[in-house]
This record gives sequence, C-alpha cells and structure tokens, in this order.
Amino acid sequence: MAEHRRSPNGPDAEPGGLGRRRFLGYLLAAPTLAVAVQWGAESLDPPTAEAAIPSLPQPEDLFDLGDLQNLAALPTSGLVSVQVNADGTASFAVPRAEVGQGMTTAVAMMIAEELDLPLDKVIVTLADARPELLMNQLTGGSNSMRSMYVPVRTAAAIARQQLVAAAARQWNLPVAELGTRDGVVTHPSGRSATYGSLAAAAAATRTTAVSAPLKSPEQFRILGTPQNRVDARDIVTGRKTFGMDLRVPNAKPTMVRRPPTINGTVGSVRNADAVRAMPGVTDIAVVSHGVAVRGETFGQCIDALRALEVTWGPGTVDTESDDTVLRKVRAAELPLAVPPLLSQHVDAEFTFAFASNSPLEPDNAIADVRQDSAEIWSSLKVPIVAQQEIAAMLGLPPDAVTVHVVQGGGSFGRHLFHDVAAEAAEISKAMGKPVKLMWSRTDDFRHGRTHPMCTSRIRATYLLGAVLSFEQRHTSVRTDFSHGLGEMITSTAAQLPVAGNLGFAETIFELTQSSPYDFGVTTQLLNEVPLGFNTGSMRNIYSPNVVCAQELVVDQLAARMGKDPVAFRREFLKDDRLRAVLDKAADAGEWGRSLPPGVAQGIGLHAEYRAAVASLVEIDCRPETVQRKVPDGVTGPRVTRALIVVDPGFAINPRGLEAQLIGAMNDAIALGLTSSLHIDNGIPLEGSWDNYFYTRQWNTPLDLKVIVLPPTTGKPGGAGELGVAPSLAAVACAYARATGTMPTSFPINHDTLAFTPYPLEPSTPQSPVDGLDFAY
Amino acid sequence: MPSHTFMLNGKQVTVEAEDDVRLLWVLRDLLGVTGPKYGCGLNVCKSCTSHINGKAFNPCSVPVSKIKPTDEITTIEGLPATVGKDLHPMQEAWLALDVAQCGYCQPGQIMTAVAKVRQARAAGHEIGDADLDEIRNICRCGTYSRIRAAIKAGAEHM
Ligand code: FES
Ligand code: FES
Repeated sequence: MAEHRRSPNGPDAEPGGLGRRRFLGYLLAAPTLAVAVQWGAESLDPPTAEAAIPSLPQPEDLFDLGDLQNLAALPTSGLVSVQVNADGTASFAVPRAEVGQGMTTAVAMMIAEELDLPLDKVIVTLADARPELLMNQLTGGSNSMRSMYVPVRTAAAIARQQLVAAAARQWNLPVAELGTRDGVVTHPSGRSATYGSLAAAAAATRTTAVSAPLKSPEQFRILGTPQNRVDARDIVTGRKTFGMDLRVPNAKPTMVRRPPTINGTVGSVRNADAVRAMPGVTDIAVVSHGVAVRGETFGQCIDALRALEVTWGPGTVDTESDDTVLRKVRAAELPLAVPPLLSQHVDAEFTFAFASNSPLEPDNAIADVRQDSAEIWSSLKVPIVAQQEIAAMLGLPPDAVTVHVVQGGGSFGRHLFHDVAAEAAEISKAMGKPVKLMWSRTDDFRHGRTHPMCTSRIRATYLLGAVLSFEQRHTSVRTDFSHGLGEMITSTAAQLPVAGNLGFAETIFELTQSSPYDFGVTTQLLNEVPLGFNTGSMRNIYSPNVVCAQELVVDQLAARMGKDPVAFRREFLKDDRLRAVLDKAADAGEWGRSLPPGVAQGIGLHAEYRAAVASLVEIDCRPETVQRKVPDGVTGPRVTRALIVVDPGFAINPRGLEAQLIGAMNDAIALGLTSSLHIDNGIPLEGSWDNYFYTRQWNTPLDLKVIVLPPTTGKPGGAGELGVAPSLAAVACAYARATGTMPTSFPINHDTLAFTPYPLEPSTPQSPVDGLDFAY
Repeated sequence: MPSHTFMLNGKQVTVEAEDDVRLLWVLRDLLGVTGPKYGCGLNVCKSCTSHINGKAFNPCSVPVSKIKPTDEITTIEGLPATVGKDLHPMQEAWLALDVAQCGYCQPGQIMTAVAKVRQARAAGHEIGDADLDEIRNICRCGTYSRIRAAIKAGAEHM
C-alpha cells in the first residue's frame, strides 16, 4: 500500500532532516493575499505494521473508510483557499457540512495555529456545491479532520510566510529577523504591521507555486488544546441561522400531505379547489410522493394538508412489517463455515430493529426553480451529487443549478441524501414559485431514511484456553449508499486490498469492520436483502450492531473459560492502543468494584477511523429503577455511570471530541435500551419524540466522563461517529451481567409498543391548543 | 383578518393572523423571530420553549388568539434583557461549559433551564438531579450531561 500514501505534491524532505518538510500550495492572483492548496494524500497514514499474529490482518486493519475517501480525493483538480482580508481576518470556505460535529471550529483552529492569528479572527463558512472537487466534497465516515489537517494548515502556513515576506520587503529587512504573533508581523526593533495592513501587499499578481514548512507539534499553541465552539455565542442567543431560519424572498412555507405507506403515490385529489381557498393557502401541487401545499405560515400548511381528500396508490413496501422483514433477513444469512466439532463453541444470533437517523431539525430545503436556472438552499453532506441529480430532474445543465450548503441542526447520516432538496425543487417547478419546504416531525420518522433492520450471527469455537475461530455473519436490509461514494469506488476499487467484485456495501463493511482479537480463523461477512425501504447510513454505519454482537460473545467466551471480561480481552487483544484504552478504562472506571445485585458493569472496545475507544458503563436494572414512571415516556434500566476512554491519535480539539463522545454514549443508550422504529404494513408507527424514544434526561447517565489520551500517532483520527459502537456494546454487556441473561434483540424494549401511534391519515397530526395549561 | 396585540421581548407588537394559527408560526413566519425552533409541533420535543409572563410554555401548542394584550412573551432573543445584560447567567453558563453541538435544541433548553430553576426555588429548594430528570427537551446530539452541569452552574448566578 505504501505507494498510495506518498504525497502527489512531492514534499521535499529538507536535508539535515529536522522533520521540517515543506508543503506545496499556490498563491492566487487576488486583491488581497489568497493561498490555495489541493486536498492531498498527506493525511494518509503509513500502513500499520502488523505484529506477527496467527490471525491475518483484515482489510480494515490496513486501510479504512477514511483512507478510501482520502485516496479517492487525489485526482481532483479543485483547490481550496485561505484568504487574508484587509480587516485582518482570515476566511476559508470549507467544502464540508457543519451539522454539530464541530468541524468549523477545528478548521478555524488549524488556520489560527499556522497563521498565528487569534481564533476569533478566523471566519469559516460552508462552500456551495463545487463539482470540480469531485467526491472530495463529502462529509461522512468521520474523515473531515483527517483529510483537511495537512492541506488547510499548509495554506495558512504559506499565508503567514507571504505576510512576513511582504513586511520584510516594505521594511527592507531580512525575513529571518521577523516574527509573527496574534495577527501582527513584528521586528525586535519594535516595528510592527498588522496582517490587515499587509494583506494587499502580500497578494500575488499571478498564480505561483510556493511551499512552506508546517509547525511541529511542540510548537502548537492552539491545536491540541480544548477550545469552545466558534458558533457557541450565536447558538445561545438564538442568532445561529439554520436552514429552517433562512429567509429567501417569496419562498413561503410549504409542506406535503403524504401517503399512508412508504413511497406511496397519489391517485386523485378530490377537493384541491376548496383547500386552495382556505385561509393563508397560496398553492397546491401533486408531486411524486404526495400533495404539496404552500401558504403564509407552516401552521396553515398543516391545516390545509389535513383537509385534503386524497386517494393513494401503493408504496414500495406495503406488505412488509417487522416480522416479514426479519424472516427475509434470516433467510439471507450466509452459512457459517466452521463446524462445531471436537471443540466447545458459542453460537449466538442478535437482531437489531430499524432505527431512525432523524435529527432534531426536520428535513427542510428552499428551492427557487426558474425557466433556465435553479437555486437550492439545504444542509447537504454531498452537495455535488444533489446538484447533478436535481439538475437532471429539472432538465437543466448542472451549472444552471446553484446549491448552497446551510447549517444543519444535526445529521447523523440523514443529510448524506438530498431527498428534501429534490422534493423542494420538484414542488417549486410545479408551482412556478420559490418554496420553503419542511417535512413535519411525523414525515421525518415515517417517510425519512432509516438505519435498516439487521441480524448478526456469530459462532466462536474454543479449546484448551485458545479461541480457534470466530465467524460473524451480518445480514441487513440493504443500506442505500447511492449518495455518490460509488464514484469513488470505481476510481479506486482496483487498489483496495480486498479481492474480487465486492458490492459497495460489502466494501464499506470490509473497510470499517475488523475484529480486534486474536481469535484464530476470523471471518466477518455481510449479506444484504434489497427491499423498498428508504435507508441510509446512521452514525457509525454497521459498527454499533456488529461490535455489540461481537462484544456480547466475547463476554460469553470469557465466562466459559472462567475469565474476567477485562482480563480476557487484555489477553486476546491484537492491538496495543486498544489495550491501553482498556487498561485506562478499567482503572479509572473502577472495574470490578462491588455493586448491589441488579447493578453491573460492562465494557466495550472498538478501533476505527484510526482511533481506539473503550467504554465502561454501569447499568441499574433493579425494579425500582426499571419501573420509574414518566408520563408519555419510557424509563427501564438506567445507565448511571459511564466512562469513555479514547486514543484519537491526536485530538485537534479535545473539548470538541469529548462532546462528540458524550453524544455517542447517549445514542448508544437509546439504541440498546429504548429507541427503534416499528414497521407495520409498510410504514413505521413512530410519529414523534414521545414514540421514538431517543435518550431523555431521565435516562442519561448522572455521571458521564470522557478521558482523551495524550497524542499517540500524532495524526487526528475521526471523531464524529467513533464512540457509538463500543458504548452500545458496553451497555449490552452490562445489561447481560446485571440481569444474568444475554439480550439478543435490540433495543431491549422493542417487543412492547409503549405508545399509541398517531393515525396514518392525515399524515401530519394537528398541533395541540392547550399549551398554556402546562406553563410552569 | 383578526389582529393580535401582545408584548414580545419587551415591546408591544400587533400582528394580523387567523385566530387559530399557533403562536410559534406567528413568531417565526410572520414576525421573523426564529430563536424558538420547530422540532415536532406537538408539545413533545420542547425546542420551541419560550416564556409567558416568566413561565415556560410551548408556543407550537397555543393559538395566537389565546395570548392577551397584557401577556409578556419572552423568546431566547429577549432573555438577556430580562436581567438587563448582554447575556443571561444561564447563557453564560452554556458558553462556559461549551454545551452546544448543532445548537438546534439549545434556545429551548436554555429557556427551560431558567424556568426550571425558578420552579425549584418557588418550591423551596435549589435545582437538583430529580428536577433535571423531569426536563423533557430532546437533544438529539445528546448533550444532556453538559446541560445538567450548565443548569447547576447557571443557577448559582441567577
Ligand atoms: S415544536 Fe414545540 S414542543 Fe416541539
Ligand atoms: S445540540 Fe443538536 S439537538 Fe441539541
């Protein structure tokens, strides 16, 4: 793999080698200083040297999803640029989506570091769709930090170098005598000039290639230190503008009356004229999967869509329910290869229900489609694909469609797809007017993308203190990856260390899954069932389910061999970084401390995105806890104490990483204990947050700690998704130990429907009118 | 069309709207006050939480006609002015603990937090874990533990 990891920029190692390699960028002809860089392969890690181990390294050990995305980025001709402005600020339009993961803060830190500029002088905005960046404009797989770390710093370092050169020219002094601090170039004589005053003089008149060295980690003053979010003040004052808050002239509120089954179609509308005459309603249009209404307020859109009388055509999964889907998934399970002969074995099968990746801000988009052009505003992680597909749908050339990426109130995988943007464009075209389309909360749960149902079957054989084989067969309703990663695969598949013509999902699976244990012959395989559900990746894709199943079986093996779960893991781990986080977690989390009956600890481990994580939780399954009463909510067991220990390689912003891991723990608690979708005759029954039981305050741990280990590799690992898998595993393992029964179906409360579903028709429930009765 | 007058963030406003339009949409779509967020429209997620006469309520579930001319509506935008500062102590605590992730739920969380602290004090105690467990506001980014710490810290300066 080594040849893939060399920079195309050919960084020239300086003779004398103090590690001061220079990195290449371009000065752009511009009124003030502008430095561009290519997204490069610099962030690709050297191949992990594998110790001599009986188990062959699985592909994920060598080359993970983030690497694949970085590699696919190589041939792009697109440049991204840092500009220094006359007011002394630096700006950068990042070709990624910000949905809460703290990416803009981390990028601002990189620029502030190399430019020697205060953090609050760095302005990071979100770039519009830029087709020339090809697949490099994709936010997912937690690769943002890794792919930007070197290029962004390079641009900022070159900018700093040019500012110093400009000052040296003006003062007629040697460059070597000048320094920079807090946005000012200084000379020991006391002379100084702000970056703002030098921004024009440092600008280039034609594009030229230049190079500059990057700071070494010992020189960092900002990177690696805890920093608050750059948008924190806008958030707490209500000023942050989300997609839902954007105002575009005449883009009036618009909603859709939807069919009672997923992907149903419109037969006929009986009372369109009467509804069009309702107060505040301006337009009605039939579109692919419903009837759109546009009005003065969203409230009036709800009234109007509820008043519509519509007959519906069938959807794509009308006859499917939880039990029919499970039967089909089970029928597709690939066989286990190792017969349980002459050795002892553990056989287990786990089922994971459908789950929703719906963020709190519902899907929304503004579209203004004209005769010859269109303009779209939406939170999109793959804006280039959105632009291409919407253009094709509208019959316009791609460059006639402008796609603006706006701030999103969460994503969790949902914004990899542009369903809502495409629907907004379709509606705007049909009405001939700009629209601000919002899916209702109920639409988001019932018609939005889901993380599909899957099973994981495991057989492990063991003899005389050794594990001889570990086989995992993961089977899932097909996950839709059509958001464009496919293009990356076609350009890079031949270089992957995986054999044959694997489907894309299988490749993603291979790249993200890897058993960290020395369990002899190890195979982990994926099979998928194509059904007509709207699916997509959810935070950490396959890992939460795969790792949860794996770690539960690891606990079983430990018990069979009479070993403590932590001691057993330590003995069989292949990876030193995982062993280090395990030891730290066991120590700081007081593994083995005495707890009352019904309360127990559990541990889960996972390495992915070039990082290693251990989660240790304590769960309280005593009746007085399980039977707590909360109106219209579920309680059940409570994770009272949780600890996550992470070795991220290098944490760009430890405070931001900690936040991501806190979120991951709450996701894991929901997936393990409370949150799922119940599919019933072609549609999920869940319609609000009192049906889809994402973790609430009454179920969040009272004591939740994150320990970020000091730098190990010096290279940033992915952060946004990292913690979900080991935390779900820890919750499941703790539950098994507290109750004495290994759970095999997740979430554990899925079999009881703990709410009364909203009616399927009309598709959006009416808002209550008694809100004042509950004021406190 | 009927017109409705009430106090909004310290100023009297008059707005024309049908009687049954929920206050959330009057604020967001007609008056352009976007701090209160829509997350369900069902009085469930609490991301629209604002104050009426100092008490927390959910404008997605109140028709505008139920608001009286003397009613004081406070949204996140008007919270600092209630203490005569640039930021309310609860907002300061949110910044100090870097609570937010995507931020979408946070205006509602802060408005809830302020009311919850007042409610506990009216009942004769400082806010504690049992009160915090009663908070229903969804945070899909899962920032709950920082929210709990920030409420306790903010309460000390309230
Ligand atoms: S939008 Fe008001 S409670 Fe959810
Ligand atoms: S911060 Fe994203 S929903 Fe709370």
